Amino acid sequence: MENFGYLFAAYTIIFAMIFVYVLFIWGRQRRLEREVAALERRLAELIAKPSKTRSAS
Amino acid sequence: MNRTFTSTLGIVAAVLMIAALYMVFLYVPNEATQGLVQRIFYFHVPCAWVAFAGFGIVAISGALYLWLGDQVWDDLGQAAAETGMVFCTLVLITGSIWAKPIWGVWWTWDSRLTTTLLLWLMYGGYLMLRAAAEETPNSARMAAVLGIIAALDVPVVVVSVRLWRTIHPAVLLTRQGGHGLEDPRMVATLLVAMAAFSALFAWLLMLRLATLRTRARLNRLTLELALAEAGD
Repeated sequence: MENFGYLFAAYTIIFAMIFVYVLFIWGRQRRLEREVAALERRLAELIAKPSKTRSAS
Repeated sequence: MNRTFTSTLGIVAAVLMIAALYMVFLYVPNEATQGLVQRIFYFHVPCAWVAFAGFGIVAISGALYLWLGDQVWDDLGQAAAETGMVFCTLVLITGSIWAKPIWGVWWTWDSRLTTTLLLWLMYGGYLMLRAAAEETPNSARMAAVLGIIAALDVPVVVVSVRLWRTIHPAVLLTRQGGHGLEDPRMVATLLVAMAAFSALFAWLLMLRLATLRTRARLNRLTLELALAEAGD
């Protein structure tokens, strides 16, 4: 088992780095989707406002 | 449809990766001179393959963006550069870890190592340009040109072991023209690992493209909202 430490380190780093990158992408995607949802709500409110006014009059 | 395709790619990558790990640790025999540490090579080479493929995609999509001006090519180039950088970083790290017990040093200014580091630095510059500059067609065009120029280093890295004196092992392309893997199990393990990393790269690329599409949607919505509020 000579040099097992080097082998272990290489494979650990490969999977750790890929894992961190996947987490980074997923985190960014979730944050962007939250922002999109908030903007869509706000836009829907703005569009709905004049029609409410019209139906009230 | 797109989400299903991305999920399928992720599953394929996971299955192939498990198969590759099984072959690396339980199937393939020890290499005669290097011993256990040679097994790093079965993931080191596929990392290099997908990094080079990624940078190739950056160059092709850069050229298509300059020609057609379609945003989809700029997004593809950006996603491929970032994903390629992850794997290029892994090539340099795993290469260093392999070099220490075999060469006795973590790093040497060998032609292949130096040209790979140069490649990493150039795409690092590409990503810094993308992060620092505002998202305008002009900055996208500059990034496309930089991506194409940087990709010219990829063939240099590949043939460097044949062009210059080097201590880096020539595995896929030896001076004699063959490959350096004597046992067919070694070839099979390398091929499965290459397939696993190709699927992993494609999956990460799709994930990254999805974030770029969501960001574009966010930018459109921000503009729509500003217009709606101005007209309110």
